[in-house]
Amino acid sequence: MFRIAKKDELPKWKSLIVRLTSILFGIVLAGILIAVLGYNPMATFSALVIGAFGSVNALTNTFTIAIPLAITALGLAIAFRMKFWNIGGEGQIIMGCVFATFVSHNMPETTPGIILILLMGAAGFLGGAIWALIPGIFRVFSRTNETLFTLMMNYIALSIVQFLHYVLWRDPASKGFPKIKAIQLQAHLPVLFGVHIGWIVALVLAVMVFFLIRKTKLGYEIRVVGESEPTANYAGINVKKVMLTGVALSGGIVGLAGMIKLTGSVYTLSPAITGNAGFTAIVIAWLSGLSAPVIALVSILIAALEQGSQIIQIKLQVPSAVAAIIQGLILMSALGSEFFLRYRIVYAKQPGKPRAIKRTAGKPDNESGGKPESAEADRSALKGDA
Amino acid sequence: MSENISSSPNPAFSMQGISKSFGSVRANDNIHFQVRKGEIHALLGENGSGKSTLMNILSGIYKPDAGTIEVDGSLRVFHAPKDSIACGIGMVYQHFMLAEPLTAAENIAAGSSGIILNRKKESASIRAFSEKYGMEIDPDKPVVQMSVSEKQTVAILKMLYHGARILVLDEPTAVLTPQEIKKLFNVLRKMRENGCSVVFISHKLNEVMELCDRVTVLRKGQSIKTYVVEDTCSYELVEKMVGRKVDLSIDRPVPCPDCKDCLVVENLSLKNDEGFQKLSDISFTLRHGEILGVAGLAGSGQKELCETIAGIMPAEKGRIFFDGTNIFGKSPREIIRMGVSMSFIPEDRLGMGLVASMDIADNILLKDYSFQKGPFLKTAAVRVKAERIVKELEINTPGIFHPVRKLSGGNIQKVILGREINLKPKLLITAYAVRGLDINSSYTIYNLLNAQKVKDVAVLYIGEDLDVLLELCDRIMVMCAGKVTGIVDARAITKEEIGQMMSGTKLKDIKGGAGNVSNC
Amino acid sequence: MDLKFIIATFLASAIAYSVSLLLGTLGELLTERAGHLNLGVEGMMLMGGSCGYVTAVRTQNLGLTLLAAVLGAGVGALMYAILTVTLRANQNVSGLALTTFGAGLANTLGSTAANTNTPANITAYFTYHPFELKNVTNPFLSFINTAFLSHDIFIYASLLLAVILTVFLFRTKEGLALRMVGENPAAADASGLMVTRIKYMYIVLGGMLCGLAGLYIPLVLQRTWHADITAGKGWIVVALVIFVRWHPIKAIGGAFIFGALSIIGLSIQQFPQLSSMIFFNQYIMVMYPYILTVIVLVITYARKKAWRGPSAIGNSYFREER
Repeated sequence: MFRIAKKDELPKWKSLIVRLTSILFGIVLAGILIAVLGYNPMATFSALVIGAFGSVNALTNTFTIAIPLAITALGLAIAFRMKFWNIGGEGQIIMGCVFATFVSHNMPETTPGIILILLMGAAGFLGGAIWALIPGIFRVFSRTNETLFTLMMNYIALSIVQFLHYVLWRDPASKGFPKIKAIQLQAHLPVLFGVHIGWIVALVLAVMVFFLIRKTKLGYEIRVVGESEPTANYAGINVKKVMLTGVALSGGIVGLAGMIKLTGSVYTLSPAITGNAGFTAIVIAWLSGLSAPVIALVSILIAALEQGSQIIQIKLQVPSAVAAIIQGLILMSALGSEFFLRYRIVYAKQPGKPRAIKRTAGKPDNESGGKPESAEADRSALKGDA
Repeated sequence: MSENISSSPNPAFSMQGISKSFGSVRANDNIHFQVRKGEIHALLGENGSGKSTLMNILSGIYKPDAGTIEVDGSLRVFHAPKDSIACGIGMVYQHFMLAEPLTAAENIAAGSSGIILNRKKESASIRAFSEKYGMEIDPDKPVVQMSVSEKQTVAILKMLYHGARILVLDEPTAVLTPQEIKKLFNVLRKMRENGCSVVFISHKLNEVMELCDRVTVLRKGQSIKTYVVEDTCSYELVEKMVGRKVDLSIDRPVPCPDCKDCLVVENLSLKNDEGFQKLSDISFTLRHGEILGVAGLAGSGQKELCETIAGIMPAEKGRIFFDGTNIFGKSPREIIRMGVSMSFIPEDRLGMGLVASMDIADNILLKDYSFQKGPFLKTAAVRVKAERIVKELEINTPGIFHPVRKLSGGNIQKVILGREINLKPKLLITAYAVRGLDINSSYTIYNLLNAQKVKDVAVLYIGEDLDVLLELCDRIMVMCAGKVTGIVDARAITKEEIGQMMSGTKLKDIKGGAGNVSNC
Repeated sequence: MDLKFIIATFLASAIAYSVSLLLGTLGELLTERAGHLNLGVEGMMLMGGSCGYVTAVRTQNLGLTLLAAVLGAGVGALMYAILTVTLRANQNVSGLALTTFGAGLANTLGSTAANTNTPANITAYFTYHPFELKNVTNPFLSFINTAFLSHDIFIYASLLLAVILTVFLFRTKEGLALRMVGENPAAADASGLMVTRIKYMYIVLGGMLCGLAGLYIPLVLQRTWHADITAGKGWIVVALVIFVRWHPIKAIGGAFIFGALSIIGLSIQQFPQLSSMIFFNQYIMVMYPYILTVIVLVITYARKKAWRGPSAIGNSYFREER
């Protein structure tokens, strides 16, 4: 017979251990599954690591993949802090690229590179912001569930880019395979230390987002709104304005991520431009606890997973989809481990006569699932009717 | 330790040596509690004394750390509510455990055995059953459309329908008008005649004295003494409840004789999002240096009134004057800056006033930061303020960086009130400020409010406890379904008259001797 | 071109296409009635589809195929249930994790069956049309025959399932118990219902139905496997559940509408005058189901008194915290 009881807050180092253990657990589970599917887990994992970090080329690729992931995750984190479930990263990346490509197609070829890049950056930001604001506006003014709305916007954006790819922006110069005209040459991002300067943008953004959330009034308002809209209202915060601003920022940063990927490594808009980054970034943001500096770090690790998985497909004929298996299991383990940070199991030899409960007072950080409306405050101890 | 009553005849149930802790909080400490068949037994104690925990153990929700339960002479162990229900124990909670969109019949039938849900048959048998106990409900009405009193009836009926012989009611009168309370008492007496046992959990002495046969007092998790109600009096019970001789009267300083009007509300009307008229033509005046109480059943428009004055909800029409200026239409932030402070303690206590995950300092910041200039947060000055508030109000906390969700109830409400007073408001609106607090903390809050009144602050006090309203406030405004049914001098009105106004009778009709009770 | 014939075949194709949506909706509807929003439908459909299809190719046994599909998806749903019921994790993110994992597993597993087709003996089960009329000359009957009577057992079984689930939900005690758990688990607990067991059961059962939904696409519709074969149907299912207001009978109509809208682009290609217009361009028409979903969402949430689904959805239930 066992039951669950609340636990006090663990000191920071203990919770770190729990989280790291859970990630390890996820990796082990993935390894077992890989073995069951008929591949050699040890060989797979070592090839993954080598494929991601084992050479200058590999490192370059890993960082190149990490940059748009990190920027997207930073953008999503802002929305998540407001409990605005922005699942529309894919669509916002696409629309950021669409807007940026539009600028490139329509600016004269004599435009200096720096101007073009800045304009495209602004366009990318605008594209993503608009795409996020559409569901955002409906959420703010008519309480539409943003989880599904942003998701649908992904598919609409995908259809748009397919339309552009096959019909509207089809490059007349390409014969045979349809393709959109590439962006202008001077818009290609320059390279620093082997990787395009998108990494500088990512770092700067990480610092800026951190600063925004912790040290500015807007960041404070975002955190309060995320915790409880009634409380925010009551404090005089203009919840609508804060939410729209946050959503626009979120979408804009994600759109910018798309533009960076476009001008940094891909150079041509296509329906496959996102590389599933919109969803992967959700995993990153969540695993990082929405914290900007941690996001930067976790992005590199997840990028390593993706880069490595390309290599194992080539070298070991292991399908690259195992990366998704590993990611999924790590995320699930991390989600499950939160439970152990909040509660503990108490074993009772006989019902009614359990062993003494040792820990001292504390109430759990009660995060209930999903909806923002479920303002699940700490009811039991604070009801007073203990 | 309790009186020795283990030799009582026919105990319906008996709890011996019950202990339960949550973390380091010892909610129940070696409690002995025994109820006979065919009696109404009160479990008396103030908020935080352990009553609900004890009853949750009896109903199978919690498992005790130590102690035993006997029902009708046999030892029982409950792993889940259904075990308790199988023994004939039926619990009626403060927050009725009902699924709102479902009908009364569906709620009552849930958990019963059988495969097919035959609606007509269930409805008919429920109707017959309810008439037996003198209760009236419409089984096919969705619970969400019912009044609070009707919902409570459904909850009680549900327990009886499943064969409960022991009924436990957790603070059942908190949400009822005086007239509905009378009806409930009659139902409970009928049950007693039928040989059922009723456990009446309350902190309201007068009700205990009126209704119950015996009473057990809990204090700080321990069972103190069990009395026969006839043999004791309120004074003795309160002393046992609080642990010392307590003067339950509340100070009432003389209101400022020549102060100007602070708040003038004219014809305020409001529809909520769903189209219901939540406020109809509300008009009243509040002067500086006085306390105006607002009485009314939950949902009569108190929340909307607070939010409209504070600018959070826009009213349909009407005018609100604060110190002569029309604040109708101004933003909440502007209104806060003008000197209006509003605090509303909702049922879950953390929803509207505080950010649960942040610490005390960040919560004080909540109303302070908008006065700071520039886009950046300045936290240093707020820290000083927070320290001062903690000291002045004797808030029990390890420090200002302690997360508020870890504070006990009384301290949380002190933080809220402390924060509001820190803003030096001219108008203080406070709703349910003492919700869920123990007596000592409640009196600290009353003293704080009186201190503000003496400083010529205008205080609008919305509360549930009519006794407190009658003692603390200078005047009382009674609301029912969004209308004002009367504004009276607190010294010249009785609880019953307020009760009638809460149910919709207008003041002039009462004074005219009509005394009709009609639900508005 | 015989217009009636084109319409009849269009209806038939729409029905065939929408079976997956119907089954998925029925499954997710059960899960949501228990109070849990499982965004992992896409993942579970892929898991069921890949496990089932690979089993079909390897064993050529229909029974094992169905079992594999049901178990594959069921395991995924079980993972979600453990996370959100026992470990009280955030439901949105848990569902997304399941989708990520499920897609990865499916694509990994499925690549072992690359370049294969559904074995002929299994296809035979689905080419058997129990209600099809032979030798029909009457044009009206012929229309009905082509559109509605020429489907396989799977499709008719799904329709029957919708009816059974409706009766279950609203006319049985067990269905009432499920509804109560989704509306107010505390009330259900206090009524003596076993909340945890009910949640687990219907989350897993719901997942199993999604697995069957996912199986139909590779096994019958396309008769082969390729990566991400469900192409986002799982997400439409999540929207569909809201569209049909968590009601199994309405799921039939809802699935059909979305199914029809999804394939109408292809059918329009047969009319060059129409398909040259941008409104009917095949790439633009692909958007319409999603736009319809958005409209449905906005209307659902804007309605003032609308019941927006089982009230306790999204919340984890913890008895000791009451």
